[in-house]
Order: sequence, then structure tokens, then C-alpha cells
Amino acid sequence: MLGFVLRRLARAALTMLIVVAIAFAVLRLSADPATVILGPDAPPAAIAAFRHAWGLDRPLWMQFGFYIAALLDGDFGRSMINGATVLPLVLNRVPTTLSIMLPALLLAIGIGVPAGMFAALRRNTFADRAVMIAAVAGFTVPSFVLGLVLVLVFAVELGWLPSGGNDHWYSAILPIVTLGTGAGAVLARFTRSAMVEVLGQPYILTASAKGLLWRVVIRRHALPNAAIPLVTMIGFMVGGLLAGAVVTESVFSWPGLGRLMVTSVGSRDLAVVQCILLLVSLMMVASNLTVDLVYGLIDPRLRHGERGRL
Amino acid sequence: MSEQSGEALVAPRLRRGPTTIPRGVMMALAWLALMLAIAALADVIRPYPITAIDLGARLQPPFGFGGSARHLLGTDELGRDVLSRLFVSIRLSLLIAFGATTLGVLLGAFLGLVAAHLRGLAEQAILMLVDAQAALPFIILALSILAFFGNSLPLLTALLGLYGWERHARVARGLALGAGAQGYTVAVRQLGAGPWRLYLLHIVPNIAATLIVSATITFPEIILLESGLSFLGLGVQPPMSSLGNMVGYGRGYLSSAPWIVLAPSLVISLTTLAVSITGDWLRDRLDPTLG
Repeated sequence: MLGFVLRRLARAALTMLIVVAIAFAVLRLSADPATVILGPDAPPAAIAAFRHAWGLDRPLWMQFGFYIAALLDGDFGRSMINGATVLPLVLNRVPTTLSIMLPALLLAIGIGVPAGMFAALRRNTFADRAVMIAAVAGFTVPSFVLGLVLVLVFAVELGWLPSGGNDHWYSAILPIVTLGTGAGAVLARFTRSAMVEVLGQPYILTASAKGLLWRVVIRRHALPNAAIPLVTMIGFMVGGLLAGAVVTESVFSWPGLGRLMVTSVGSRDLAVVQCILLLVSLMMVASNLTVDLVYGLIDPRLRHGERGRL
Repeated sequence: MSEQSGEALVAPRLRRGPTTIPRGVMMALAWLALMLAIAALADVIRPYPITAIDLGARLQPPFGFGGSARHLLGTDELGRDVLSRLFVSIRLSLLIAFGATTLGVLLGAFLGLVAAHLRGLAEQAILMLVDAQAALPFIILALSILAFFGNSLPLLTALLGLYGWERHARVARGLALGAGAQGYTVAVRQLGAGPWRLYLLHIVPNIAATLIVSATITFPEIILLESGLSFLGLGVQPPMSSLGNMVGYGRGYLSSAPWIVLAPSLVISLTTLAVSITGDWLRDRLDPTLG
């Protein structure tokens, strides 16, 4: 078990290193921040001073070294627009994003898992097809379209809920529904296929052949086994929800990480963009690692196997 | 239980007959054909140029909702014809999605095959990249790159082409490893074929069907991604028009002129839905083992 944990930790660390390198390379090689921020007409002396102040005149590998050292120190740099320390600026937004992300995740699980189970147990019936079509529709409708339609109906026409902002607790309802619907639809499809696969296993046949009630077979034999891939899927959904938050928060002017990302990209604030990219990647790597470890706990086969099915 | 096992014993193909296409899939295919026709003929069938401004007819509702037959889907805030803009946007959005999906499949398949062929260190390196890409929040990476490189159309397409390559690479590697153990590859190799000939003429045609199905899964996601980026104002830039940026620029008129937003929204939703339905159907027929 210790070896398994260490292997997974090493992989997570390696992934983070690659992410840091990609983030660094992409953002530093793409354009010269000095000309982007000061404008093309800035005097050469000002540009040189700016480049020197931000260490942009050193060789790239040196900048990368300093960069990693600073990151390990918890120093994510200062905003290139107003000079504020980036990390608190970004961390302040995390609770705001989580306050719609976690309810959205619960909503997705609460709707997706039962719907998928329901469809799997009534496989190839009309009810199954109806649920699955709803699920496909749920994740093929772009979140900004769903969000705008919800605004049109509940804010513009009915006037029940605000169209944006986070002034009241109920301002969160539309963003949560928008964010949770796509995830719930994906989960419903995944639950159905996991459940259908389990129901086809020989031990289900054995369990029902020895005379167990069908619902006992489902509860004792099918559900626990179908739950294993579901745990993985729910862990991976954290990444999807973080990505979804970028668009959803922009639709509803919800002042979280995603909106900060979009506004910082708009103002070309490299330091903030980099910090969010790294923080979100760290959150994703951490949740994937957690999933891997939980998976190892509930499925002993994986502790010893090579890579598993994923 | 008897119901389930009974289902499993009869292969769907035997029950339906190989030539019947389910009605839902037919509708999806018909919609896709319509979209392709519109994309191909956009410049011929659009009633007005997309930048033609008619300030006397701003924010006109669609025909049948109080608007005139001159602008079937109404006009936007500058009096530009929504239907014309919709046609041209469909073409651009589909072009970008096709281009990006193709790039992604080519890149992923290439790396997957290289990993399967070379094994060892190169394979480990490629798998590491696959893991890293899977752990990277794509839209956030895409946003950063677009903001700093600027938004040219080729760059946007190439960037979206990176989307999903890791999944295609996994699929291609797995299939190539499987194929490598089969009789035909052993035979071809023993007849003296080099790796290029072996892969391009023998293995790729054998795994192409699965790769195409894998592409139908990423295609709608790329449409959603492009429309999302364009909606945020960071994808396709004016004067070019894509479905996403029509929605993005129209959202300011959501309460006064909802048709500007609803027409492209409906097209995006129906198109991704149609591709997904078709993809699911293809997957069931060609390769039931894929996700």
C-alpha cells in the first residue's frame, strides 16, 4: 500500500511540474508583456526598465528557476496592472467559486446517479430512452445558452430571481443549476453504463439464481460494484466544474475564480492568469490523486496492478 | 433478471436488421446534412452581406413575431440580418470544429502509435504528457494562450486541435498494442514490411473506425469549447462571426431582442446534440467497448 501511495504521489508531483513548465513556457514565450502592457508606442527606456523590474531580461531557464523557487516560497508574484500581491487576490475568489461549485456537484450527484440507475434498471424501455435523451441534451446544450435561457425565463419574464451578481443567497440558484445540469447529465450517462456493465456480470446471475430478491441483488451486489467507477468519475468532474465555472460565472457576473480569469485575460494580467492556471491545475491534480487513493482503498486489485483501466 | 439476460443473448443487430437506422439517428443525420448544406452554400443563400447595416430596421423581431419577411429571423442592434449572420457563422463554427478535430485525431493517433511502436522510455514520456494534459484545465489554458498570442483564426483552430489529443492517443496506443499481437501484423512484418508501411497500410486502416468514433466524441465538445471562448469574446473576433460570438454580442439585448441570442443558441445545441446521437449510434454499431 505504501508503494502504491508513493507511486501516485510521484506521478502527481511530476504532472504538476509539467503543468508549471507548460504554464511558464506558454505565457513567457507567447508575447512580450512589456510591449503588451506599456503599449507599442512606449519609449524604449520605459520598456527596458519594465523588463528589468520584472526580470524579463534574464535568460529563460533562469527565469524558470526563479519562478519555481518563488512558487515553492508561496510567492506567485504581483499583479502587473496594480501591483497587488497575486495569491491573496486569487485565494479570495476561491470560496466564491466553491459556493456554487459544491452545491452544483451535489445537484449533479443527486440527479445524475438516481437517473442513471433508473435507466439502467429499465434498460431498452421507453423510460430508459427518455432519460438518456434528456441526459444527452443536458450536456450538449452549452452552459452559456442554458444560463441565458434561465435568465430570460426566471429573471426577465417571471422576475423571480436576479439575473446576476451575488447580493442575496438566492442569487446563487441560477448559477448552481446552470453549472450542475451538464455535470449531472454526464454522470447520468456514466452511471447507466457502469450499472449496465455490473448487471451483466456472472455474480449477478449467481446472486439471483440462488434465489435472492431482485432488489437485494441490486442493493448488495450491483450498487457497491457500480459505485467504484462512479467515485472516479465524480473526482474527475471537479475539473469539469472548474472549467464550467469560467463560462457560468461570466454569464451571471458571479465574482469567482472564473470571472477573475476572464477579466485578467482581458487586461493581460499575466501574473494573475498564471496563478489561476496553477491553482486550478493543483486543485485538479489533488482531486485526481484523492480519487486514485480512494480507489486503491475500495478496490484492492488496483493497489497491485499496473495502471488500471483508466 | 430474466429480462436482462434475455436482452444480452440477442445481439441488437439480429433484431433490427443491419440496414435500419433508428428514427432519432435519421433526424440527427438530416440535421447535420442541413447544416453541411448551409455551410457549403452560405455565401449563395444568405439574403444580405453579414456586415450590411440597416439602421432604419434595428432590432426587428423575426417574421411571424411582428417582424417583416425581409428579415426572416429579425435584425440585431445595428440592423444586420440575423439569418445571414447565422448562415455564415454556421460555416465558420463547423470549419473550425472539423479542422480542430482532425488535427487532434492526427496528433493523438501519431503519438499513440509512436508510443506503441517504440515502447520503453518514449512511451513513458508520451504517457506522462497524456496524464499532464488530462490534469490540465483545458479552457483555462486555452484562455491564457489566446490572450497572449492574440486571436488569429489559424491559432484558434490549432489550439482547439490540442483538445482531446490525449484521449485519441490513449485509444490509438491501446489498439496498436492489441493489433501488434495479431496474426496479420506478424505476417506483414515477417514479409519484410518496414514500420511506416506496417502502420499506414495495415494497422491504421484496422483501427480507423474506432478512432473516428473517438473523434465523434470530441467533435461536439470542440464546438462547445469554440462557442464558449467566442462567447467570452476571446475566440472568433469581429468582423468574422461564429455561433458563440453571435450569442456573446447579443446577450446585451436579451430582454429586448432575445431572438439574436436564441437563433444561434438553438443551432449550437441541436448540432452538438445531433453529432452526439450519431456518435453514440456509430459507437454501438462499430465498437461497443469504447467508453
